[in-house]
Order: sequence, then structure tokens, then C-alpha cells
Amino acid sequence: MNEVRFGQAINKALADAMTADPSVIVLGEDVARPGGPFGVTRGLLDRFGPERVRDTPISEAAIVGASVGAAMTGLRPVVEIMFMDFVTLTMDALVNQAAKARFMFGGQLSVPMVVRMPHGGGINAGPQHSQCLEAWLAHVPGLKVVCPATVADAYGLTRAAIADDDPVIVVENKALYAAKGDLPDTAAATPIGRARTARAGRDATIVSYGAMVPVALAAAADLGRDGVDAEVIDLRSLQPWDEPAVLASLARTHRLVIAHEAVEAFGVGAEIAARMSDVGFDELDGPIVRVGAPFMPPPFAKTLEDWFRPDAAKIVAAVKRTMA
Amino acid sequence: MSHTLAPFATDRLLELYRGMRLVREAEERLSALFAEGEIPGFIHLSIGQEAVPVGVASVLDEADTLASNHRGHGHAIAKGLDLDRFFLELLGKQDGYCRGRGGSMHVADMKLGMLGANGIVGAGLPIAVGSALAHKIRGTGHIAVVFFGDGALAEGVLHESMNLAQLWSLPVLFVCENNGWSEFTEGARQLTTDPQRMAAAYGMKATKVDGNDVIAVAGAAREAVATVRAGKGPCLLECVTRRVRGHFEGDPQKYRDAGDVAAATRDDPLARCESQLIADGISQADIEAVKTATAARVDAAVAKARAGPPPSPADTLADVYSPPREVAT
Ligand SMILES: Cc1ncc(C[n+]2csc(CCOP(=O)(O)OP(=O)(O)O)c2C)c(N)n1
Ligand SMILES: [Mg+2]
Repeated sequence: MNEVRFGQAINKALADAMTADPSVIVLGEDVARPGGPFGVTRGLLDRFGPERVRDTPISEAAIVGASVGAAMTGLRPVVEIMFMDFVTLTMDALVNQAAKARFMFGGQLSVPMVVRMPHGGGINAGPQHSQCLEAWLAHVPGLKVVCPATVADAYGLTRAAIADDDPVIVVENKALYAAKGDLPDTAAATPIGRARTARAGRDATIVSYGAMVPVALAAAADLGRDGVDAEVIDLRSLQPWDEPAVLASLARTHRLVIAHEAVEAFGVGAEIAARMSDVGFDELDGPIVRVGAPFMPPPFAKTLEDWFRPDAAKIVAAVKRTMA
Repeated sequence: MSHTLAPFATDRLLELYRGMRLVREAEERLSALFAEGEIPGFIHLSIGQEAVPVGVASVLDEADTLASNHRGHGHAIAKGLDLDRFFLELLGKQDGYCRGRGGSMHVADMKLGMLGANGIVGAGLPIAVGSALAHKIRGTGHIAVVFFGDGALAEGVLHESMNLAQLWSLPVLFVCENNGWSEFTEGARQLTTDPQRMAAAYGMKATKVDGNDVIAVAGAAREAVATVRAGKGPCLLECVTRRVRGHFEGDPQKYRDAGDVAAATRDDPLARCESQLIADGISQADIEAVKTATAARVDAAVAKARAGPPPSPADTLADVYSPPREVAT
């Protein structure tokens, strides 16, 4: 067991995958010689050489498009998009090419590629460097989307994404890169599509993912002091998401709050709420309450960003509302 | 730019003629089937442009990969795709290349390196660049080719792709089918530059040929492919050709001079090839025999396609994702 940072766990996952499979390559802006804008790919160039670890020009559309062609021709590319906000420039390659190729060509092939992209605020990076756009991608049939919250899952979901035969988006919250946690020497892949119970509880379920999981745990601790025993479910995968696990938790607690950093409207929480109000209707003893950012671009100034990002107090208030 | 059918081995020329005749025959039949309402959606024909895919594909290996575009029937047929499965797909049948999920703009055959026609203008370029990257890293010795129209020259991803290909010296051949039109607008009203100057800007080797002269296309493609295959970096091959039909079938072409259509029709790559074959001593009867055999081949494919069962929705959901696999670490 080693204590490592979240970013280092991803680095180890990349290195282990590259060691295990020569068809895995890593490419992106500043990922090779500089070691990545957030240092996640540090050392890979030295270990695996310039053929497999490539600094690319600032050409998001071409590098993701090229990853589709490379995946069709026997490689397993792992691309880094420096900020998730830049996914806008890759949308044709992701949505019209990668996501559809298998279906559209009658199941002739798979497109095994991974696109890593940091999302989220907390570093005052402003409206074009802080967004959480994962709902866009989760809305596209053919794409998978995962979002780790812990060091173990940063490793495990990255390994699973690379091993997966379909295009997988790994959403990494910037605020988590420096977080520390234990990574077993024999760390394993985390199966895509399976949630984790981050805290067991009987009174209310808080479903969350990514950097909101520790916030939800803090909210649960606060609620505990008020005698409310909240369960926290870490989704880990957003597409597919673990509907049975969420339903099972709801069936125990009968109250549901969904919390994410992305804007609340039309988000991942909306999908979960809609499904639970259908398949979980009989279990509900209160309204399903969502906690998300207000419907606006992420602001820059510290006071504004702090207000914009959901915090534990908002989750506590949401749980109290569904229990009222 | 070469305008003459240069001396060429007659048997090879006859092979190229057969290839062009097959594309022409297939598309004329598609035109008729479309008019009769047997083909759903819409189709873009490459009638009058057959020398480009046939000339280029004649110097490719089976394992070379190819990315195509919306006007891609010729690319697919020239790459050697099975005509039965091609027609089955265009008629939207279960046994088509894509099980009726793709249609005209998405014909693909991974076994023959045909990475797919594409409904998005310019989208084939980065796919071919990535395929070339895979060839290079895996040391396959194969190359990637992408066909695109003059309209794609104005897409941003074309710049990114050509820059990346040259920067990384990738084994990719860019083939621009410059037919002077993008949908309903002339090239001159869309682009402030031209493919040759664009290639020069990237330091990329480029050639321009008469795209209706199949010998010129095959000759230029052979040279370009040799360069690319030798690891000397990408090449651009610009083939100047003409669109005979509308942008899609059913396009009344009100935006286009009758004279432009007539000129395009007169400059027929098949007629030019026939004249050269006759001059080389091939008899008219031999040419007729090719036509008859090709028509029979297409007849058979059309009959099979018509008789093929339609796809059922039942199995389509299964292919949105790959089958689950045990993840080993
Ligand atoms: C990204 C994108 N924009 C627009 C279209 C609509 N469209 C389809 S074909 C076409 C014209 C393409 O012209 P060109 O590349 O010269 O090919 P040609 O049709 O002449 O063979 C357009 C605008 C599209 N399919 N994709
Ligand atoms: Mg054109």
C-alpha cells in the first residue's frame, strides 16, 4: 500500500497499461516533454519513448480524429484534452465518428480509445477553463463516461477505460489532482458502470461523483451531528451509471439527493432523478432534490466561484428539504 | 498538368477501364433505383469522376487503409468491396455492409481497410492521419489514403490534419477530388487559395493531374504512393475533375449553367479511356464485352439486394457498444 496523489495514480495507470500492451499510446498538448499541464504524464516519455508518447500541436479536432483512425488501425490511443472546456473542438470526432463507428458500420469494429479531460473549478480559471460538461457526452449513444473520486479509482477507472473496447471519456476533476490516498501495490481496474458506497447510512441517499464525493461526505458528517444518517453513493461511471445500486440505496433510505458540480439544469442529476421517479416511485418518501451549480457560466473571482460551486451546506439543506 | 493519355500497358489500361465501368454501371443503376424510390434517404453520385478512385486504388495494397467521404461509392468499389453487400447496404438491407444502419454515406469494410464513407465534410482527414500513425508505430508498411472534395479545403480540421501529417512525417496520401463545386456553390466563391499553395504552406509534396485521365491519375498516384510508402512523408494529389450529376440525386441544379453540365458530360473519363484502348488495338467488341459483363454483375447484385430481408430493430441495440469483456490488469 502506498500513499500517492490522484494525478500520480493516473500516471501509474497509464504506465502500467503501456507496459502491459504495446498498442497503447499517449498523445496530447504538452504531455510528453513537459509531462502534462497538470503533470499527469510526467516520466512517460522517458520510459516509453517518443513514438508512443507524443506532444501534439494545438489541434484538438485532429488529435481526437486521428485517435479514431488509429483505434481503427490497431492502436489504443489515450488522448489528453488540456481542459474539458476544449472538448467543443473535438465534438465531431467524438460524437459523429468515435461514438457511432461500431453501430454505423454494422458492428464490424470497435473504437478502443480514451480521452482524458480535466473539468471543474476551484482554481479560479474562469468561464472557459472550469466547466463540467460531462452531461453532453453522457447523452451520446456509443460513448462511455467515467469520473473518479478517489485515488484508487483514478487508477482503476483509467485502467478500465484503456482496456475497454469502446471510446471512454475519463473526466478528472482538477481540484482532486493533488488529493492523497492509498493505492495498493496490486491496484486493479475498477469495473465501468459500478457505483461504490462511500458511506453507508439509513436516512437519506446522496448520489454524487468526482470532486463532489468528498463534499457529500462532509455533508453527511454534518448531518450526522444533527442525527441524520446519510448514505453517500459514488457513481464512478456516468455512462453507463449504476441504476441498480442507486435504486437499492433508495429502497433503504427512501430519500434521494443528487449532487454534482455541473450546472443543475439538464444534467446527470436530471437523468438520475427522472429514472428514480419512475422505477423508484414506490420507494420515495420525499421529493428528489438536486444540488448543482446555478445556471450560469463559472465565474472567475474567488468570492464568485466559491458561491457558484456547490458546497456541503447546500447538500445538507437539500437533504433536510427531502426529509421535511 | 497532364492532358494526354500517356503510353501505358494495354492490359493494365483495360483493367482500369473495367474498374471505372463497374463504378459507372453501379451508380447508373443506383440513379435508376433512387428514381424508383427503392433507395431511402439521399445519394451522391460520382459519375464523371471515376478515374480518380480507380486510378488511385490501382496502386494501393489491400491492407492500405482508406477514408472516404459522402461521394464515396467509387472509393468503396475501387477498393474492392463486395458489390452484393454494397447494394444490400444502399437498399437498407440486413446483409448489407452496415446491416442497413449506415447507407450510402457510411459504407465500410474493415477487412479491406475501408474505414468508411463519411457524412461529415473533412472528417476523413484526421481519421486517415491517425490510421497512418498506427501504420507507422506498428510498422505495418502500409499507408493510409483519404479522398476529399474541394469543399473540404475550407474546413479547419483539414489544416490541422495536413500540418500534423507533415510534422510527424506520416504515411498518408491526401487525394483532393477537385470538381469545382461544393453542393450548390462554385469553389471560386469559397476559397482564397488552392490545394497546391496549401500543400506548399505545409512543405508537403503535391501534384496536380487531370483527374479525368485515368492513366495520369494512376501514374501520379504510383509516384506519390511510392514516396509515402518509403517513409518520406505525406503527399497531396489534386485531381481536377468534373461533377456530371447534381450534388445529390434529384438536385435540379438550377444554380448551374447548362453549358457547365454539358462540358462535364463531354469530358468523360470512360470515353477517353475507350478511345485510348481502341488506339492501342483493343476492339470495340472487347469493350462491349466488358460493358455486358459489368452490367450482368450489377444486375445480379441488384437482384440480391432487392430480395434481401430488411434489418430488424431487435439486434441493433446490441452494437451501440462492444460486447463486454473481462478486464485484465
Ligand atoms: C461538416 C459538414 N458541413 C456541411 C455538410 C453538407 N455538405 C455535404 S456535401 C457538401 C459539399 C462538399 O463539397 P466537396 O467537398 O467539394 O465534395 P463534392 O460534393 O463536390 O464531391 C456539403 C456542404 C456536411 N455534410 N458536413
Ligand atoms: Mg467538390
